[in-house]
Amino acid sequence: MAKNRVPAIDGWFTTGDEPRLIGLHDAGSGSYFFPKDVAIVRAPGHADAELREVELSRTGKLWSYTTNHYQPPEPFVSPDPFVPYTVAAVELTDERMVVLGQLDDGVDAGALEVGQAMELVLGTLYEDDENEYLVWKWRPAHPSDGSGAGGAEAA
Amino acid sequence: MAKSNEVAILGVGMHPWGKWGRNFVEYGVHAIQAALDDAGLSWNDVDFLSAGETVRNGYPGYVAASSFSQAMGFRGIPIASCYAACASGSQAVEAARMRILAGMADVCVVAGADTTPKGFLAPAKGERTLDPDWLRFRLLGATNPTYFGLYARRRMDLYGATESDFARVKAKNSKVGATNPNARYRKVFTEDEVLASPLVADPLRLLEICATSDGGAALVLTSLDFARKHATDFVRIAGVSTVTPTFPNTLVDMPNFATDSAAGIAAPDRGFKDSIAHAAYEEAGIGPEDLSLAEVYDLSSALELDWYENIGLCKPGEAEKLLRAGDTTVGGRIPVNPSGGLGAFGEAVPAQAIAQVCELAWQLRGQAGERQVEGAKVGVTANQGLFGHGSSILCVK
Repeated sequence: MAKNRVPAIDGWFTTGDEPRLIGLHDAGSGSYFFPKDVAIVRAPGHADAELREVELSRTGKLWSYTTNHYQPPEPFVSPDPFVPYTVAAVELTDERMVVLGQLDDGVDAGALEVGQAMELVLGTLYEDDENEYLVWKWRPAHPSDGSGAGGAEAA
Repeated sequence: MAKSNEVAILGVGMHPWGKWGRNFVEYGVHAIQAALDDAGLSWNDVDFLSAGETVRNGYPGYVAASSFSQAMGFRGIPIASCYAACASGSQAVEAARMRILAGMADVCVVAGADTTPKGFLAPAKGERTLDPDWLRFRLLGATNPTYFGLYARRRMDLYGATESDFARVKAKNSKVGATNPNARYRKVFTEDEVLASPLVADPLRLLEICATSDGGAALVLTSLDFARKHATDFVRIAGVSTVTPTFPNTLVDMPNFATDSAAGIAAPDRGFKDSIAHAAYEEAGIGPEDLSLAEVYDLSSALELDWYENIGLCKPGEAEKLLRAGDTTVGGRIPVNPSGGLGAFGEAVPAQAIAQVCELAWQLRGQAGERQVEGAKVGVTANQGLFGHGSSILCVK
């Protein structure tokens, strides 16, 4: 029987065919924030700004990347045996911010180049007997997707 | 005439770094006693004690200043415990300096000590879904070396740094660390040995990422007036920086998932890491061109290269040139990490920023033995604690 595919954390990303991270936008300062409810970040002079929930760009440029060869401590949930994984930092063009995410499964980190176009997908972070827990991941953008997709704001 | 915001370092002391597994308070007391002996003073002379906290030793660690005072023998003096992650020691120095400059104390002790568990530094336990430090491990597997690996890879791409450059930093520091009686790792490594060690966070290898250690460090700081009555010659602190970032901070820092956004407000001309030592230089009226040496926070070998640029030794992208020319080796133009740095010590978080000052004091006094930087007159420390804590202390002879 197929497992349920559920977000590893609620409210951080959309789950459609073209998933996007959910952030906040402060129209007064023009700044974006991600993630929205954790570290509370504001531009100086805008601490009382009214913030609107927005979907962030799902494409950007690779800022850097690294592959972890050692199993992290809890609360990381590791497969047994541990499998090395790559963390990528991607600069969202419109939001002018760098967002971390794991590299999608099956992508060869050795072929990555800083500056290349990347896109957001959903992948499995870990699983248990019932569920497969999903998280956002980065992968090289498919050429036909283009890299100019902007940060469409949620209505 | 000395500047009015200077204070004297009359005494410095350390407990050797290692993996001793004893009560952190023992290391702190050992370092405090060593610093008092070095100053020719006793605990009864002390007006104020500040300490860097440790979050890895339960409540006694959170109230480290109290734990140390109690162990030295409570005398009723005021104390302050400070936490700013790796920058905790600088905040403790600043608390003591302010007491002295306000005329509220003549003799202050500053101390930090830690007992660390094995392996990666890990977040607090529990289901902490509003804590970015917990979430980065759960959702990304982003350990501290993950961030170091990102910076190192970026350096390779932007500036043409090589894995050999990173290994050379480790080899350089291991040579001086091997002669430092307080260092934990006393072995000289070659570049080849470094490059043969296992990858941790690509491109960084096991020998290039600092370990977590037990250790303790302490200072005796006094007013200049007091120092002149008790010593003929002493090192002074001329500037202390405990700056925070200016929004938007565009370098992704531990434990964050993202940088600030520069879409609405332009990034400052001087980024956070560049602002850290700059604030100490400004206060002291001294620039990087005046330095004899620097102690910087080499959490990874590659990070030492970033600091060369951040503290103004060279322009962005030129650190490898300095390294390859031998400029930052003891005997070179501007030695960096003559103590051996974190590569030789491993990190004892609340003690580390204080230990950097101990090394500057020994160097400026000419007491650094085989690792002595000849004719050292001005030194700077640089350090950064996660969650936006800058730390830099400028010392002069």
